[in-house]
This record gives sequence, structure tokens and C-alpha cells, in this order.
Amino acid sequence: MRVFQVLKPGMFTTVQDMGRYHYLRYGVPISGAMDVFSLVAADDLVGNNPNDAGLEMTLIGPELEALTKTQIAITGGTVSPKINGRSASMWETLEICEGDIVSFGRMENGCRSYLSIRGGINASLVLGSRSTFVRGRFGGIEGRQLKTGDTIDGFNASPLEAEYSMPEELRPQLTGDYEVHVVLGPQADMFTEKGMSTFLSNPYKVTLEADRMGYRLEGPTIEHSGKADIVSDALLPGAVQVPKNGKPILIMRDAQTTGGYPKIAAATTPYVSLLGQAKPNDIIEFSKITVQQAQEKTREYHKLLDNLGTLLTKKS
Amino acid sequence: MKTGSYESTRYLPFGDTALLIEFGDVISLELNRKVVALNEAILKADVLGVEELVPTYRSLLVRHDPLKTTYEKLVFRIKEVEENMTESTGEVGGRKGRVPVVYGGEYGPDLNYVAGFHKLTEEQVVRLHSESKYRVYMIGFVAGFPYLGAVPDEIATPRLETPRLKVPAGSVGIAEKQTGIYPCEAPGGWQIIGRTPLELFDSLRQPPALLEPGDIVEFEPISEEEFKTIRESVLKGAYAPFLEE
Repeated sequence: MRVFQVLKPGMFTTVQDMGRYHYLRYGVPISGAMDVFSLVAADDLVGNNPNDAGLEMTLIGPELEALTKTQIAITGGTVSPKINGRSASMWETLEICEGDIVSFGRMENGCRSYLSIRGGINASLVLGSRSTFVRGRFGGIEGRQLKTGDTIDGFNASPLEAEYSMPEELRPQLTGDYEVHVVLGPQADMFTEKGMSTFLSNPYKVTLEADRMGYRLEGPTIEHSGKADIVSDALLPGAVQVPKNGKPILIMRDAQTTGGYPKIAAATTPYVSLLGQAKPNDIIEFSKITVQQAQEKTREYHKLLDNLGTLLTKKS
Repeated sequence: MKTGSYESTRYLPFGDTALLIEFGDVISLELNRKVVALNEAILKADVLGVEELVPTYRSLLVRHDPLKTTYEKLVFRIKEVEENMTESTGEVGGRKGRVPVVYGGEYGPDLNYVAGFHKLTEEQVVRLHSESKYRVYMIGFVAGFPYLGAVPDEIATPRLETPRLKVPAGSVGIAEKQTGIYPCEAPGGWQIIGRTPLELFDSLRQPPALLEPGDIVEFEPISEEEFKTIRESVLKGAYAPFLEE
């Protein structure tokens, strides 16, 4: 079923679901929504499964013409959505009619917004996921970002009978200044005590070199205890690598799966999702928690994600 | 510490979803065998909560689901698996594959440099590269890129000073004692000595990567004509690079 025609593609718009797992050993990154929480919220608002694919829109949103009557939801970074030029709400179920034009304003906070369609986007499953991996040229729509003239297909689904809204207090706080929980290591012992304290007690700024692969951060130099290289081993989103220059690199979802710099720490699951909203000049402060505390909090986070659909309020 | 192995295996947390098991910090056959063997043993033991394993040169990443297990439980369980490993539960011999390569010319623009660097002829470099058997140590860098070792010292060559912005798919390169194959066009600094018509990665294939850690690979020099014939057969899905067991 054809749902949207792309009139303008936006700055970098891709199809994403929760990610492509189980292929790291073949060098395939996890990909998926940078801010998974917001994608799941968008899916819940239109009654989808949390892993249904939606659009991830970066800084400048696209312009879309509806080809059918359907329901959508827009979440994530605040982006002033408009339907036929009239402003529409975020974090709510929205009715769309054939011929409607959906457009977006400037992103006021955060870096990425999500648009879900009732029934989910119908893109082929590649290695178990519909997520676009642009460098690998697979997933999503022909393995690339949207371009003008593309058609976005959706799965058939009966319309939701009610419309929903997500309570304010559940929405992520996109302040541009993020305090992020990390578990130290796996290679924490390759840094001096001074280096570790530098890392944990100073703000780091996201530089312009920031994309779905990762963010280079600017801030006080982190001191290694000896060499600054390791024999390459596995990477995961959230890992903080520190190369010889002492400036941390935060690994994100499209990064290569192996790397040769020591990892001082790794952000925990809820914060990897929040960090998906960090943009150049935003500030990141790292605070350590134990792996036990981290797993406890992550279990609570998954419980929240699983129950998000039941926490929505009916629109009056 | 001659081999670069740690005296005992290190179990380290990697965020809240992974355990990293490090065996050492060098490139060595002995270490990589331990990695591949533990990988097999964990798969066989069917450890609760394990989502996926990522074997690399010298460590094994165990991604797990914190809803099904905890870090401590997982470490305890895997230490048990490690202790119960015997010679027979060790590494099962990897598959043996043949990778046809056109060496030199437009297919291998750095063959001449590698020869000059070692004061050898191009033919000698080709012979040395194709007469060795290589082990797949890990897959990384880009999807399906195999890190193979070890290249004979006579042809081990440092990377390019300035990496190329585009290295064509199928390119076979040398970087110090490693050799590798680019599955797709990518930027890269390896010395490119030839090109294979094989598809190292195909997202529509299961598994998507041609090679896996532990596989043993030999390079087979072919002509440009053979490259074209094999390429056609590869595209039809009719080419079998692995030797029968």
C-alpha cells in the first residue's frame, strides 16, 4: 500500500526499526533507530509493534504527500510538524487524508525525529531488519537515504479506533546537556588514574564530526597509562574509544564492528538511545555506575518500553 | 608472556549488554585458536541469555540479554564452560577455501611497490603470497572484510602513507603481516596487489559473509580471462570456493 510520496527528502531521512542483531560477527553493524525510545513511542501511538519500521529524520525534516488515509505519529526531536501548513502536535496520533502535505519546521531541540505510520513501513527485511545501513547500501529503501520522488509503502492495517497522546513526563528531556551513565571498561586499565578522573569530571562537546557511525568529542585530553593502541576487537554502540590524541570517540549504531583504540567506558542502554539525540555543540558528561546497577536500570527501562503502549492517554 | 597471552583469561564488562573475554593483546595463532574454541564451546553449551558472539583476533565478545541473565551469572557460567574445555571440545578445523586472484596491473596497483620495497620481482611476490595458507582471524572494518594472517615476512609491507578514498570491491591487500579482501568499494590504506572475482559479502545470502574466523584460505593466481569466467559463475551462484571435506 502506497502511503507517502516524497516531495522533499530532508537532510538525511532513512527507514529504521529497532536494529539488525546477530550479524556482528560478520562485520554487520546493528544500525536501527538512533533514539530507539522515540521510535517505539511513535509506533505505540499508532498501535504498531515496537519493532515496526518508521522514518528517522535528521535536523531538517522531509516534505511528504499522503497517498491514502492513514494515521501517523511524530516523536523525538522537537521539529514543529505541519499538516497542510497548519501546525500539528508531536507525541500524538494524527489523522492524515489522501492529498495532505506533511512538512516540518526547524529542529528546536534534539537531532532526530521519528515518523511512524499505522501498520509500519513496508521495506524488505534484510538480515532480519528493515533498517537502512547506508554505508553497506542495504536495508530500508534501496539501502539509501530518501530522495525526492520516492514512494513509501506501508503494511495494511485497520485504523485505530481511538487516538492517543504520550504523557509529557515520559518524553525524553532533550536539553542539549546530557549526563550519561557509563560502565567503566572493558579497557579501563589502559588509562592513568588522572586520565580516568579527567574523563569522569569534565564536560565533553560533540564536534561537527558526528553522524550515525559515531561522534568525535572535544574536551580535556584523557591520559593513557602506556600505549594507545590495542589489537582490534569488537565494538558496540555506546562504547567510548580514546585514540592517541586523548579525545574520546563515542561509537554509535552504524559504526564498524571492530576497532583498535582502547575503550575507557561504555554508555548504558537507556543512554545510548538518549545520545541518539545529541548534535554538534551539545555537552556530554559521563558518570560511572557499576555493571550491576546498570543492568538493574536497563531491566526497568525495558519494562517501561514494553509497557509504553499502556501508559498513553486517550485524546479527548 | 612470550606469546602475548595473559596468564589467565580476563573477563571484563562492556556496557550493560556485553561481556568481553580477553586472552591477550597480540596477533597470534595460539590466541585466536583459544577465541574460536571458546566461541564453539559456548555455542554448544547453549548458555542462557547469550544473544550473539563476536570472535576477534584476541578476544570474544558475548552480547547478552540482561532480562534473561546477569553479568555475574554469565561470567560464572562461561568460566565453567572454559574450565570444562578439553582438547576434543577445542577448535573444530575451519573450512578450507580457495580465493582466485588476478595479481598486478590495474587489479593490483601496489604489486610493483611491494616488490620494489622488498627488492623482489612481482612474480616472486605473487608466489610468496599465493603459496601460504592463511587463517581468518576475524571479520571487521566493513561487512564481510576478512583479516587473514600471517603474510610471510619477505612480503610484509606497511600501509600506504595516504589511504585511497576508493578501493574497488574484491581488492586483495597487504598491511604489515596481515592480508585482507575488500568486500565492497571502500576507502583504505592497504597495499593492493590483486583482485578476486568472489563476492565476500552479500546481504541477501545466509550467512552473509563468505568467510568466518577459523577458516583457512589459499590464494590462487588466475588470468584476466579466468577472472571474467569465474565472475560470471559467481554471479550465477555456481562457484564453490570451499574444498569438499
